[in-house]
Amino acid sequence: MELTGAQALIKSLEQQGVDVMFGLPGGAILPVYDPLIDSTIRHILVRHEQGAGHMAEGYALATGRPGVAMVTSGPGATNIVTPIANAHMDSTPLVVITGQVASGSIGTDAFQECDITGITSGITKHNFLVSSASELPRIIAAAFHLATTGRPGPVLVDVPKDIAQSKMEWWWPSTIEELDLPGYRPNVAVDEDAVARAAALIASAERPVLYVGGGTLKSRASAELLAFAERTGIPVVTTLMARGAFPDSHPQHLGMPGMHGFYTAVTAMQRSDLLISLGARFDDRVTGRLDGFAPDAKIIHVDIDKAEINKVRRADVALIGDVREMLTALDAATSTPTSLDAWWRQLRAWQEEFPLTYDEPTTDGPLRPQSVIEAIARQAAPGTIVASGVGQHQMWAAQHWKYEEPGTWINSGGAGTMGFGVPAAIGAKVGRPDRTVWTIDGDGCFQMTAQELVTARAEGIPIKVAILNNAYLGMVRQWQEMFYDERYSEVYLSPDLPDYVKWAEAMGCVGLRATSHQDVDRVIAEANSVHDVPVVIDFRTDASEKVFPMVPSGATNDDIVVHPRQRGGNA
Amino acid sequence: MSATPEPYVGPTSSSPVTHHILSVLVENKAGVLARIAGLFARRGFNIYSLAVAPAEGHARFSRITIVVDAETTPLEQIVGQLDKLVNVVAITDLAPRDAVERELLLATVSYESDTRTAVLDAVASAGASIVDVDAGAVTIMLAGTPAACDQFERRLESFASVELHRTGRVALSRLGSQKN
Repeated sequence: MELTGAQALIKSLEQQGVDVMFGLPGGAILPVYDPLIDSTIRHILVRHEQGAGHMAEGYALATGRPGVAMVTSGPGATNIVTPIANAHMDSTPLVVITGQVASGSIGTDAFQECDITGITSGITKHNFLVSSASELPRIIAAAFHLATTGRPGPVLVDVPKDIAQSKMEWWWPSTIEELDLPGYRPNVAVDEDAVARAAALIASAERPVLYVGGGTLKSRASAELLAFAERTGIPVVTTLMARGAFPDSHPQHLGMPGMHGFYTAVTAMQRSDLLISLGARFDDRVTGRLDGFAPDAKIIHVDIDKAEINKVRRADVALIGDVREMLTALDAATSTPTSLDAWWRQLRAWQEEFPLTYDEPTTDGPLRPQSVIEAIARQAAPGTIVASGVGQHQMWAAQHWKYEEPGTWINSGGAGTMGFGVPAAIGAKVGRPDRTVWTIDGDGCFQMTAQELVTARAEGIPIKVAILNNAYLGMVRQWQEMFYDERYSEVYLSPDLPDYVKWAEAMGCVGLRATSHQDVDRVIAEANSVHDVPVVIDFRTDASEKVFPMVPSGATNDDIVVHPRQRGGNA
Repeated sequence: MSATPEPYVGPTSSSPVTHHILSVLVENKAGVLARIAGLFARRGFNIYSLAVAPAEGHARFSRITIVVDAETTPLEQIVGQLDKLVNVVAITDLAPRDAVERELLLATVSYESDTRTAVLDAVASAGASIVDVDAGAVTIMLAGTPAACDQFERRLESFASVELHRTGRVALSRLGSQKN
């Protein structure tokens, strides 16, 4: 069967089981958009290529399947660089297809030419510049294989226009060998000796902590984690990237560690004598100042990426491999640890003394952002998915929402990409149309990518957006208040400019506003009654509200700053 | 306190062993060298020298010999990150004592009638050879150990007007040292 490169590309995506892709056409990718008309694949036309990338990420994070985005060359390609970098930092499986100028024009500074494989070589797991139409099936299959196996990540395929237009004889690789990846060996055998050493460490630990990272979600190891944690009685912390990997309602869950983590989660790691790291990477937001991090802890480091072992913190036992496989092996090898009663008494005492807290809402003042999140959560259907941007609202959403299952928390962790929330929520809703999807957003973030609500309205993707509008770039403001003598530099945004309600309405969405606490529940109920179009709520929140606890930058986790009411021993 | 920064000094035959030689088998595809150089640059790993050539008669693979600074970055981290590059097929870490290392040195030396004999003596005693000749100048080649090249380079410094290039080393495991 003779096909054009473009037809072969679309057919390859269908072969991979792609049901939806996010993109925006342009000159160099034009040939590929033609066969798309006849394809079973749903294409969602975005308003900016960054939106396509974050939607693909949201889709991937909500479903566990790779997200697919397609854009044109030059500025189309550079506009999707931020989502690619974001997916690389958070190990999100993504396949990004970019158009490229015709092969003969590469290197001539042709119209809309850019070296996107060069630009993205450091922020992709791998990338390809296609050199003939006949290799397209192999490259697409290889791209999906790379994106989804081992440590997942983004893969980019750059397709010159003439190759999309040229003819090829259709074929499809039937074996891994045909993918021609001689240097790629993601599977590692379980090291039984290391498992035995890890089991011995666990058996003798007095203050162990299961330090659960995003890799646990990537390997779909939640059930194995729950079984292992319950059998051993070891306390669990879930990082920002792992919220939902272990139920927040579970009594063994101490919450999120890190710079804005729960006091008990942070302090449990600090005082621990054994950290069992499951798909986590000792990120600086978790460790604080490294030389003061968990000084008495031995480390069992489970990771599928060998390069993570000993990168930041030396491991006493390294278990290289898939978290789920390793948990199963560990569970089989581990007897119940020595009594953890004394450890649990200490943990419960910390939880009692330093619970997550914030100032009660006043009846007339501006809204407390934390209470807005809790109000949304109270009215939310079970299994609601929460997406967020980056900043204070993200930390509050990570702290104050109860995550009970994988894929219900969609956020930008490693890269910290403002504007992630709205498009990621759209992607999540496309992947899980059965679920309610809320974006907890900030006013600064919302303004970066709000135009994708036009996409959401046009494509019938009814997400809900809660803007915690404090009229500031809130996290930067918090740092300036605490560490720069309240010298506020370029952080004020205005609560009324833009008018978020009118803006929402102009984009075909329902726009609502809540300015006082009496409004909150009613407005949320109103938003929940809308099922056909996106809803945006402008919550007017208190600009002076800060995220606590907080480990100041450069401090050790011992110097965690709790809420003002909990300081000075009169908690 | 010295105001002048320390000059950058690569590994020499006399320097303590802080360098390692990585013999890296890669797919012979466009952009592979850029991927490797980019990785070293963005991770802050230091390269002393780098040599590339087709490997073992294959059109499909190339061998890159990289001399790395194993003091500022743990070798384990360099190898781990390098191994993640999809086009990297195999990495052999050669500790200097376990490796046979060779390097090629080319130098063009000008001479006057009174220094001609000294130049030829230097060539003869180092086991170098003359590969090009013109009036008043010769181009000399030495293939040898890095130490021999260091020594020859120092010897040539006494002559006027020397233009000198070294390839950087290539290496293979010393026979009998391969443990696996």
